[in-house]
Amino acid sequence: MVAVILSLTLLLLDHRFHHLQQLRSALTFVTYPLHYLADLPFTASRWFSETTSSRERLLESNRELRTENLRLRADLQKYQSLEAENMRLRDLLDSSFKVGDRVLVAELSSVDLDPYKQQVIINKGAISGVFEGQPVLDANAVMGQVTNVTPLTSTVLLITDTSHALPVQVLRNGLRTIALGTGRIDALKLPYLPTNSDIREGDMLVTSGLGGKFPPGYPVATVNRIDRSPDAPFSNIIAQPSAHLDRSREVLLVWTVPSQPAGDGVADDLPGDTAAGDGSADAAGAAGPAAAPPTATGAEPGA
Amino acid sequence: MSAGGHGRAVIVVTLCVAMLLVILPMPEWARPFRPPWVTLVLVYWVIALPHCVGVASGFAAGIVLDVLTGTLLGQHALGLSVVAFIAIQLHQRIRVFPFWQQSLGILALLIVEHLFGLWITGATRGIAPPLEYWAGPLLGALLWPWVFVTLRKTRRHFKVS
Repeated sequence: MVAVILSLTLLLLDHRFHHLQQLRSALTFVTYPLHYLADLPFTASRWFSETTSSRERLLESNRELRTENLRLRADLQKYQSLEAENMRLRDLLDSSFKVGDRVLVAELSSVDLDPYKQQVIINKGAISGVFEGQPVLDANAVMGQVTNVTPLTSTVLLITDTSHALPVQVLRNGLRTIALGTGRIDALKLPYLPTNSDIREGDMLVTSGLGGKFPPGYPVATVNRIDRSPDAPFSNIIAQPSAHLDRSREVLLVWTVPSQPAGDGVADDLPGDTAAGDGSADAAGAAGPAAAPPTATGAEPGA
Repeated sequence: MSAGGHGRAVIVVTLCVAMLLVILPMPEWARPFRPPWVTLVLVYWVIALPHCVGVASGFAAGIVLDVLTGTLLGQHALGLSVVAFIAIQLHQRIRVFPFWQQSLGILALLIVEHLFGLWITGATRGIAPPLEYWAGPLLGALLWPWVFVTLRKTRRHFKVS
């Protein structure tokens, strides 16, 4: 009976107050050998297939990568000139913008967690500078954020978990809303858009940067179903995450580096938390739609 | 009586193997059908050595499992403590049952444990798991005879009693 009471207390503390992060981190560190062991066969088989792959295959993949690298570099030139132009325009508008993201590549551990919670474990931790709340991307889009850090590993909550909400905007017109996880790996829902809002199937959703956790402008999902019923105040919208949540093996951890040391950059960082709540919220609101057109011009030639 | 540190080590190692089986990667479609290995192993030890493995061990194993699988701290701990408690109450009866009757008893225990899991997920996250959730107890009950025989062999081999 003591155990039952203790469990219930722990449950309550963990669920309501999040007091147990320290304890959880310590225990996760203790159970690291088990995670490592479970992951071992897969790491070993990958290592084996890498060391025994033939010369021809390596040459071929090398050639492919070289071509891709060339193509990406060409894209990057275009992107750099657009970024410079964007910064110049922003200077004219006197608004600041955070650029210069530092990234670190981490690998997923092949470990299954609770099947009813969308989480993954990655092989980088506090030693590599990972922090709680850090955004995690894959090569295509936003994957989730770090929820628990130990020295060697960290746990990432995916954007499709039911407890995850992500501020997004529609790339086409800058319409801002919040994307909630559904618990299914292939669906996000947008429950807070009125029936008459301008959103279509196929619209791309990108992070809006509000909320201060995710850097703005990263792709999140594509709208793939809209149910508008005339008698309901909000439409029922489902979007499909662009990240390969169930397939990616490598993920990117992002540190946002503020490019300008100017004071207004910091004020825009946390729109809700500053003393001048109304003013800065307006500023952020103005920055939202303004951010969309340059990004759109950047995306269209590629598409 | 327990054979000191040696016997305890065997119990801990079997529980660790069970936990390894729980987090070992499986294809996405097979994940809901994963048998509750830790519960099976724990119940075996409780029935075999009730004076040595009990509610406290269940609680400890549950906490470790919570941390391993990233659930709320206490979710598995609650389920496993309750299961250990019931198993202690019934261990003399379960011991003398034939295998198929034991499996039925285990099924009931596993369902109780899953019911706690269901309540906690429902209360904290507001989602009801799909019907496959209940495949776990069924598979666990089907696997029980093999788990039982394997663990009994292990126990006799290492002379844990």
